[in-house]
Amino acid sequence: MDSSQLFGIATIAYILAMVAYIAYLAFRNSAVGTVATTITIAGFVAHTIAFFVRTAEFYEVGQMGIMRAIPLTNLYESLIFFVWCIILGYLIIEFKYKTKSFGAFITPIAGMALAFIDLSGIHKEIHPLVPALQSNWLLAHVTMSFLSYAAFAISFSTALMYLSVTTEDKKSGPYIFWTVTLGVFVSILVAMGIDLLAFKIVATRPEEFIKSYLFRATFRSGSGIIVLLSTIGLGAIIYAAYSYGHLLKKVITSFNISKDMLDDLTYKCIAVGFPVFTLGGLVFGAVWADQAWGRYWSWDPKETWSLITWFVYAFFLHARFLRGWKGQKIAIVAVIGFVSTIFTYLGVNMLLTGLHSYGAQ
Amino acid sequence: MFSSIKLAVVVFTLISVTSIIGTLIQQQVEPERNIQMLGKIFGASAPAVYKVFSTLGFMDMYRSWWFLSLLFIFAANLVICSIDRLPGIWKLAKEPVKPLDADIFKSLIIRPQVQVKAKLSDARTSVITGLGKIGFKHVLTDETSGQIYAEKGRYSRLGVYVTHLSILFILLGGIEGKFFGFDGYLPLLEGTSASSIEARDGKQIPLGFSVRCDDFDVSFYDNSDTPKSFRSKLVVIDNNREVLKKDIEVNDPLRYKGVVFYQASYFFSQDHVKDAKFILKVYSKADNKSSQVDAGLEKLTEIPGTGLSLKIQDFSPAIGIDDKTGQLMTYANQMNNPAAFIEFFEGNKSIHKQWVLKRFPDTWKTPFGSVELVDIWGVQYTGLQVRKDPGVWLVYLGCLLMAAGLYAAFFMSHRRIWLRLHEEKGSTFVTVAGSTNKNKIQFDQKIDSFIKSLQQ
Repeated sequence: MDSSQLFGIATIAYILAMVAYIAYLAFRNSAVGTVATTITIAGFVAHTIAFFVRTAEFYEVGQMGIMRAIPLTNLYESLIFFVWCIILGYLIIEFKYKTKSFGAFITPIAGMALAFIDLSGIHKEIHPLVPALQSNWLLAHVTMSFLSYAAFAISFSTALMYLSVTTEDKKSGPYIFWTVTLGVFVSILVAMGIDLLAFKIVATRPEEFIKSYLFRATFRSGSGIIVLLSTIGLGAIIYAAYSYGHLLKKVITSFNISKDMLDDLTYKCIAVGFPVFTLGGLVFGAVWADQAWGRYWSWDPKETWSLITWFVYAFFLHARFLRGWKGQKIAIVAVIGFVSTIFTYLGVNMLLTGLHSYGAQ
Repeated sequence: MFSSIKLAVVVFTLISVTSIIGTLIQQQVEPERNIQMLGKIFGASAPAVYKVFSTLGFMDMYRSWWFLSLLFIFAANLVICSIDRLPGIWKLAKEPVKPLDADIFKSLIIRPQVQVKAKLSDARTSVITGLGKIGFKHVLTDETSGQIYAEKGRYSRLGVYVTHLSILFILLGGIEGKFFGFDGYLPLLEGTSASSIEARDGKQIPLGFSVRCDDFDVSFYDNSDTPKSFRSKLVVIDNNREVLKKDIEVNDPLRYKGVVFYQASYFFSQDHVKDAKFILKVYSKADNKSSQVDAGLEKLTEIPGTGLSLKIQDFSPAIGIDDKTGQLMTYANQMNNPAAFIEFFEGNKSIHKQWVLKRFPDTWKTPFGSVELVDIWGVQYTGLQVRKDPGVWLVYLGCLLMAAGLYAAFFMSHRRIWLRLHEEKGSTFVTVAGSTNKNKIQFDQKIDSFIKSLQQ
């Protein structure tokens, strides 16, 4: 069996799990809950095996040893790994908090994302590594960065959920803040989806995708009409989020998710993401840069934005521990942290001119 | 003033905001590029705006005095905030766990009156082994109060300070590198040597020894122009002696006397083709022997043992076929697909000519045997990034400390546990009090498994 068949099995499992989780919430039957969890774990196992199979395939093609056969060098692979991280995070939450309430949210996202990645026709070929990426630090740096991004992504969603259940007044700052953020975020996802469908991305590296294809089918299109339509679409999505934001609160409360749990989860995810990001993203990145280029820190835009992201999360932790910030204030900081994370990942490569284009000489 | 958290927030924000500006303005580039960028925002007044930013040091802001001052204030603030809070935490980290007063014990109870079906002395033994299983290795007993108590991870309370300290190490390492080190670029043609490098500001920095490039080579993935690796054969010459030889490639530099040479880039030089050495390996059909021939552009060279000679008539660093015209053309200015046009002579009579491509063995066949184009030597520059950084060990030490500090701060906790046992009707009742400074859920799970182990 090759890796893409296994990814297919994982996709189906996640979608089945979604059905089971919803049934569980509807009937409150513990047997149904167990089935839901079992299906998710089965999907996760298939997903994990697929990852190893892909590694073996990469190993065959690359011939560079196992430390350099990490299948995280193109867009297809990195998206799949991202979904894997999210499911891992979810399973940890389910077991630690003994709650299945989030399952009905997370599994459909994972299943749809995998299905979409497959259907979009994005290129799946394995590309051998260019010299700059041929380092044993690749594995640690890239996987840990992605794990921390995933942890921050979960903290972002729980923080948004927290804000949605604690805000009533449509004129209040926090309400406007979270609905607009959600609107922009959904728009970005939709626009990226359109890019994938429109271009069947052939980029060999995520960085290359960002630079050459991201938003080219919408906001950065050559045609003025498409840009205009995209902007109207953006406005419409934000307006919809603002107008119907209160509905999300109903959904979340009906899923039996309490605001204290959301607050705690936001913190926990950052408490895991922050050290992993510091170590894998900043420290390992610096060590690698030192060995490859002779500079551990060169104030390149990517590095600078990582540092800014790091400052925001450091602020989050200090505000919580030293000043006892809780609730809406801290949730807003968590949301800002993820906005900065996303900018570090996407915005820097798209908008700013830096030394790299990682890997390109 | 340095100890205030408000100051910390202000400095954080200032560093972030100025850094953002620094990522928008390209650092250390020709003025035109930034003026063009500013033009998109400020229109015609861009040159004036550029002047303002330039005066403020934004064109090389990460080295400007005010940005370094911000980093300094950040460091000072970090030190002073840490020192402020250190004594309290130090006391906690130094002081071993003690038996509790009765009322404090009461307030910390997490599992009251757990029944264990065993005599007191047996129960005591299983409590001690049970505590060992959940990580409390040194279990103490207080005779007067009868409390059994233990603790774990006391020093993890210092994790935050170790992390703060590690940031200072990294900043110090950065300062040391900036003042006592250098970095620069060195393009080196195959076969040549250099004893100084060019710094960013264009100044020549003497190395105190010289370095020579004996050979440079790029290899490609099959049938593609994606480089698989590129490497330079370097030789260090100190006091007229060859002291060190190493093949370097990306991610594998050469170090000598604290100076590190990194393989950064490479480029092809058309100007040097006329002096280049075309190294050919000729397998003669006539006597089944192979021999090496060093040919040159437009120079007649004998092929040993054949009575023939050859001449390189033309060279292309990257030969390809034009899709439209079907003509041969050079498609890149790097040596991606080098090819030599070789003419063969018998005496003075031209008898054959053909293109030989380095990467395609099919093209090596000739009527007289095979002619392999092994290398074209002396036409490629290797681009070396050269650095001396005496502070780098401090940075690495800081990185290690940061890893340790973060691990202690986020994944370890200071857990303390106190137990009281009393016997009643052949059973023993265990009351557990405990506290942890972090991760209460996990602590709770540990306690549950401990209680289970008692009741088995």
